[in-house]
Amino acid sequence: MAIASVYGLLAEFDTPADLVAATRRVHAEGYRKIDTFSPFPVEEAWEAMHHHDKRLSLIVLLGGLTGMVSGYGLEYWVHTMAYPVNVAGKPLNSWPQFIPVTFEMTVLFAAISALLGMIVLNGLPMPYHPVFNVERFARASQDKFFLLIESADPKFDRSGTLELLKGLNPNEINEVEP
Amino acid sequence: MDPKPATYPVAPLIEPGHTFESITDKISGVVLSGRQPIFWFVVLGFGMLLTGMLGMAIAWLLLRGVGIWGVNIPVGWGFAIINFVWWIGIGHAGTLISAILLLLKQGWRTSINRFAEAMTIFAVMCAGLFPLVHTGRPWLAAYWLFPYPNSMSVWPQFRSPLIWDVFAVSTYFTVSLIFWYTGLIPDLATLRDKAKNRVAKVVYGMFSLGWRGSGRHWQRYEHIYLLLAGLSTPLVLSVHTVVSFDFAIGIVPGWHTTIFPPYFVAGAIYDGFAMVLTLAIPIRAVYHLEDFITTRHLENMAKVTLATGLIVAYGYTSEVFFGWYSANKYEGFMIWNRMTGPYWYMYWTLIFCNIISPQWLWFKKVRTSPFLLFCVAMVVNVGMWLERFVIVVVSLHRDFVPAAWGMYHGTKWDYMTFFGTVGFFLTMFFLFIRALPMISIFEMRTLAPGAKVPAAEGH
Repeated sequence: MAIASVYGLLAEFDTPADLVAATRRVHAEGYRKIDTFSPFPVEEAWEAMHHHDKRLSLIVLLGGLTGMVSGYGLEYWVHTMAYPVNVAGKPLNSWPQFIPVTFEMTVLFAAISALLGMIVLNGLPMPYHPVFNVERFARASQDKFFLLIESADPKFDRSGTLELLKGLNPNEINEVEP
Repeated sequence: MDPKPATYPVAPLIEPGHTFESITDKISGVVLSGRQPIFWFVVLGFGMLLTGMLGMAIAWLLLRGVGIWGVNIPVGWGFAIINFVWWIGIGHAGTLISAILLLLKQGWRTSINRFAEAMTIFAVMCAGLFPLVHTGRPWLAAYWLFPYPNSMSVWPQFRSPLIWDVFAVSTYFTVSLIFWYTGLIPDLATLRDKAKNRVAKVVYGMFSLGWRGSGRHWQRYEHIYLLLAGLSTPLVLSVHTVVSFDFAIGIVPGWHTTIFPPYFVAGAIYDGFAMVLTLAIPIRAVYHLEDFITTRHLENMAKVTLATGLIVAYGYTSEVFFGWYSANKYEGFMIWNRMTGPYWYMYWTLIFCNIISPQWLWFKKVRTSPFLLFCVAMVVNVGMWLERFVIVVVSLHRDFVPAAWGMYHGTKWDYMTFFGTVGFFLTMFFLFIRALPMISIFEMRTLAPGAKVPAAEGH
C-alpha cells in the first residue's frame, strides 16, 4: 500500500557484495542522499558513497593537545605558584617529573574526544529514525544489508527510483514512512 | 624478497558452516535466552559470597584502621600493594588483545577481545580498591590524591610516583571503559533488535544510542576505533611503567633498578594472558563456544604466555646478575636473602611457577589441551602473585641496618580482603556474561564467508 509521502525507499540485500554493487550503481546514477546499512563495517560501502570524513583525526588531536596543555599547566601552576615546595633542591618547574601526568592527561582527553566526537558527528543518540519503521530493518543489525534513497534527493522520483532499485536484484523494497 | 612466501596450513578462526545469522543467534542467545547453566549460578553464588566477605573486611578496616593488617615497620607495604600490582597487571592483557593485536592485524583477537576487555575493567576495579582503602581512611584520599581547590589550600605533590599512579590508573580505567563501550554499541543495537522483553529492549536501546548501522556512521566508528587502539597502546605500556616507578624511584635494594619498567610490563602481559586462558577455557566449554574460541586461539594465547614468560625469566636473571655485578653489598645481600632468607620458599615457588612450569608450553600437546593449558595458566597466576610478594615484602623486610629488620605475615583480614576481591571480580564477570555479549558479534560476522567484498573489476 502506497502512502502519501515517503521518507525514502529501502532495498534489502543478502550480501555485502550486492550492497556495494547497488550503491555504486545508485551513486553513478547521480543520487547523493543515500545511505547504506550493514551489520558490520563494510569499507567498500562508504567508499561507494564517496563518504570519507576526516574531521575526527583533527578532533582527537585537539583533544589530546588540550589534555597535554592542561595537564602540564596544572602541574606548573601548582608547583610554582599555588603551592611551591622545594623537593631535594630541584627547580620548582622540574619538568621531567611532570611528564607522566602530562602524558596520561593527553591520552585521557584524546580518548574522550574520540568517543564524543564520533557520537556527535554521527548525530547520536537518535532513538527514532524513519528507517526503524520498516519491520525488516531489525535485520540490519543482524544479517541483512540495506540501501536507502531518501525522497529529499533531487533526483528522487517514486516510480523511477523504484524501477532502478528493482533492477539491482534486491530481496525486497520497502517504502519508508517519515 | 621471495615473491610468494611459503604457505603453511593455518586453522580457521571460526569453524566452517557459520553464517551472519548463526553467529548472531549463537552469541546473543547466551544473553537473550534467559537460561543460564548451573555453572553460572555456582560461580556467581561463590563470587557473591566472597564479595560479602570483602565488604566485611573493609567495614572492619574502616572501623579499626590498618592495625588489623599485617603491615609494620619495616614492611609498610603489604598485601594492599601486592594485590594492587597483581590486579592491574591482569588487566593489561585485555588492552593488549584489544588494541595492540588490532594494530598488528591479528584476526584471532576478534573472538576474545570483548571478554578480555571486560576482564581488564573488572581487574582495574579490584586494583583500584586497594590504594583507596589502604590508608584506612579513604575519605582523606580525596585531597591527598586529586588536585582540587580544597579549603586547606594544599595540592598534591606531582613529583611523586604515587600521584603519577593515580593519573595512570584512572586514565587507564576510563580509556578501557571507552574502548569497551565503543565496541559494544553495534552489539547493543543487535540485542535491542532481537530482545523480546520490553524492558530489555528499552535498556539496550538506550545504551545503543539508536545505532542503525549506517555506512557513514561505520566510517567514523572505524576511524575512532583505530585511533583508540593507537592511544591505548602507549597507555597500557605507560601504566605498568608508572606502577614500577612506585618501586624503582625508591632507594630500597631490589627496587632501585632500571629494568623494572619493561620487566613489569612483560610480567603484566604474562599474567594477563594466563588469566584470559583461565577464564576462556571453562567458559568456552560451558557455553559451547568452541566454534568461535578455537584451539588455534588457545594455542596463540599459550604462545604469547610463553614468550612473555621468557622475558620475565630474563628479568629475574638480570636481577640476580646485577645483584652480583653491581658490587653493592646491599643489592648482593638482597638477592642472597631472597634465595636463602626466611622467605626462600616464596622465591623458589615463584621460580617454579613462572619459569619452570610454563616451559611445558613448548609442547604442542600441552598448548592444544585445554585442561593442561588451564593448569599451567593457574600456576602462572599464582606465580605472578608470589613475584609481587617477593618484590614488595622480601625487599623491605631486610633493607640496610640489621637492627631495623623485621618479618611480615598477612593476617586473616589481609587474606579476606584479597580473596574478597577475587569474588568481586568473579561476580562482575559473570554478571557481564549474563547481560552483555561476551564475544563481539559484529566483528565475528566479518569472519563469516561472504563478509569480504570481492574487488570489483574496472575500479
